[in-house]
Amino acid sequence: MATQHSRSVARFMMAPAVILLLGWMLVPLTMTLYFSFKKYLPLRGGDLGWVGFDNYVRFVSSSTFWPAVQATLVIVGGVLAITVVLGILLAMLLDQPMWGQGVVRILVIAPFFVMPTVSALVWKNMFMDPVNGLLAHLWRFFGAEPISWLSEASMTSIVMIVSWQWLPFATLILLTAIQSLDSEQLEAAEMDGAPPLKRFYHIILPHLGRAITIVILIQTIFLLSIFAEIFVTTGGAFGTRTLTYLIFQRVLESQNVGLGSAGGVYAIILANIVAIFLMRIVGKNLDA
Amino acid sequence: MARTVTTRRKTLNTAFAWAVGLLIFFPILWTILTSFKTEAQAIASPPIFLNFDWTLENYAIVQERSDYMRFLWNSVIIAGGSTILGVIVAVPAAWAMAFVPSKRTKDILLWMLSTKMLPAVGVLYPIYLLFIQLGLLDSRGGLVVVLMLINLPIIVWMLYTYFREIPGEILEAARMDGATLKEEILYVLTPMAIPGIASTVLLNFILAWNEAFWTLNLTAVDAAPLTAFIASYSSPEGLFFAKLSAASTMAIAPILILGWFSQKQLVRGLTFGAVK
Repeated sequence: MATQHSRSVARFMMAPAVILLLGWMLVPLTMTLYFSFKKYLPLRGGDLGWVGFDNYVRFVSSSTFWPAVQATLVIVGGVLAITVVLGILLAMLLDQPMWGQGVVRILVIAPFFVMPTVSALVWKNMFMDPVNGLLAHLWRFFGAEPISWLSEASMTSIVMIVSWQWLPFATLILLTAIQSLDSEQLEAAEMDGAPPLKRFYHIILPHLGRAITIVILIQTIFLLSIFAEIFVTTGGAFGTRTLTYLIFQRVLESQNVGLGSAGGVYAIILANIVAIFLMRIVGKNLDA
Repeated sequence: MARTVTTRRKTLNTAFAWAVGLLIFFPILWTILTSFKTEAQAIASPPIFLNFDWTLENYAIVQERSDYMRFLWNSVIIAGGSTILGVIVAVPAAWAMAFVPSKRTKDILLWMLSTKMLPAVGVLYPIYLLFIQLGLLDSRGGLVVVLMLINLPIIVWMLYTYFREIPGEILEAARMDGATLKEEILYVLTPMAIPGIASTVLLNFILAWNEAFWTLNLTAVDAAPLTAFIASYSSPEGLFFAKLSAASTMAIAPILILGWFSQKQLVRGLTFGAVK
């Protein structure tokens, strides 16, 4: 149905978006690659020449690298585990018949709309403060010694804060998937006397498989680059320096651009490995 | 959902779901409540929930001391500007892909999505450097462009999934009746596309409003939006709970309200149409 004429019009209509994104991708990426092979210290001598793969080797062999990888994995893994498990339970709960379902949904989704700097600061001060925080009051009420969350249990605290922000996202997507489940199938299983746990494992969980995969992939991409939550709480101290934060410190705080850029290239490769899997699923969906 | 349930079961569901919902919402509720307390009541032990002297003075102090309105205005300009610009660029592209698909449409869509996966920190310095050289550092214009570019893939995708649901037969009928391409777009397609465009605008406005990597790293004073305004409370003013709460409430209130309208679009927009 598309004529030659409409094809060229279509190409013309796509051009601005394609050119902009191409520029947005290629220009900074090329610059990052370029800097990553240079010794470049803007405040201490500027461009000091080519160094080959030196920055790549130094970034990986520095004593800060492996702790940063570990911190990244703990945060991504911890938040994923919490949000997916609680998300499934919450989605199943919200799918049940009840009064005021719409309002409950709104309450559950709300944290997603809170800007990252606000949720980090509110949690840091009003909940996790060892003297006046609400959790400290709660601990004292039960006769326990309050914890100074962000220094003594820094990783747990960050995982808690980020999970609170992302639980709504997981819940909402899983709820959407559950609602598309054929309820007759569940009823049939119920009539046949399948116990709830069996119904969950054999009907609900397989049905949610795809949605769970999507939640995991999309969250991983966003979680790999969380920044504000660390920036306003610990500033990378107490073992919470993730890869993203380490690169940020190299580039902007210590102005070692070459080294930071090599780190940036690692981050890009890492994100792309996750992205490939996500794109496969999304791509398959396009054909359907 | 045709399952019949007993009232008892429904009551139990309701009680449990409300308890969980309120627990998740509690940090927000607590922030809003605290913003109306005096500083002394905000840190009172044991904590006071409702029986305090409601006051608006924190809001006045926050506005006076840090000029909240300026940050708010920056947020509106940056989030609004980047969204509008993005939609202007994305509508023709999504349109072309939905109605004149070619063999490469799928590849282009997936490639656009892949640019969204690019970790910001990987290109932080180049953008920072370009901003300095172009004199864009701490300018609203620069941020509008960057946020437009990072959200453009989502905007194109969302619009594409909406446009694709418009039946092609309608277009053919219009063509049979002798409508020109311009008439076709203006009178046939646009009215059907408005709801999709509106949802896209809403979701992307929210995403841009809450964006906190570029807005923190590329602004200082003049262009700083609400994300940076709040970050400036990280210490030592953060110890003043009531003022922190008032500032936080002011930063999130507009978006909470908008967000409630956009919950359905959220799923579609953030999963690139893979879950509907």
